[in-house]
Amino acid sequence: MGDNFVPLFYSFHFYLFGLIAVASAVLFVTRKSPVAAAMWLVNVMFCLAALYVLLDAQFIGAIQVLVYAGAIMVVFLFVVMLLNLGHGDAIADIRGNAGRLAAGLVGLALLAEVMVLARTRFPAQVKLKAAELATDGTAGVIGPIAAPLFNQYLLAFELTSMLLLTAIVGAVVIGKKRSPSDAR
Amino acid sequence: MLAESLALSALLFTIGVVGVLTRRNAIIIFMCVELMLNAVNLSFVALSKVYGATGQVFVVFVMTVAAAEAAVGLAIIIAIFRHRQSVNLEDINLLKG
Repeated sequence: MGDNFVPLFYSFHFYLFGLIAVASAVLFVTRKSPVAAAMWLVNVMFCLAALYVLLDAQFIGAIQVLVYAGAIMVVFLFVVMLLNLGHGDAIADIRGNAGRLAAGLVGLALLAEVMVLARTRFPAQVKLKAAELATDGTAGVIGPIAAPLFNQYLLAFELTSMLLLTAIVGAVVIGKKRSPSDAR
Repeated sequence: MLAESLALSALLFTIGVVGVLTRRNAIIIFMCVELMLNAVNLSFVALSKVYGATGQVFVVFVMTVAAAEAAVGLAIIIAIFRHRQSVNLEDINLLKG
């Protein structure tokens, strides 16, 4: 793990999925129809799941497919279907020249930041205890994630359930159709 | 592969930002925000390969927050659509006065 040698198999698939992800992201941003855009975004998420597996995060890759591609994107498509927005040309969607100029400038600035960051050195690898390594081998795939999640970050984990409950209640209250008999 | 992963993550984030700035459809802008969250997740996972599994714990948290955000945000979009019959951001500019 400490060495810089990467087998050709890994690097080939890494670049393959990275290229597909970037191409799909560009197609996602440029599609007019919301349904086509959502499909390309699902493709990006599948490629990211493959990259997670290549980066030794198999569990994250699995929940990426289940939660993001499987649940969140389905909610998006449901809303597109409910509001009947499937026809891309219903909205003059892409902004005019001012928006394109602003987007281009921000994109260039962010890419310049990437170029600067690529030249910086990362801090030397910290000495990790064997239990903290993502790829220990003895604790399996989920064990190294579960240990900090249920010890160090237990409070945050429990607060997450409160957050989800709040989101469920909020979504129902906001999305509910107000009946005319409501005294408001 | 750490540097490549971080570069890819920054590239995806940039594409998401450009999408937010150039589109008018509220749902597509929302999906661009999801793309940015995914890009950050990728850098978390890449750094967790070097610095330990805590980064993956944060990815789990980010995914939960993204799910909650998608639910509430889409409910807001539906509520706005009921009032204005549109999700075009040009039609939703009450705060401009």
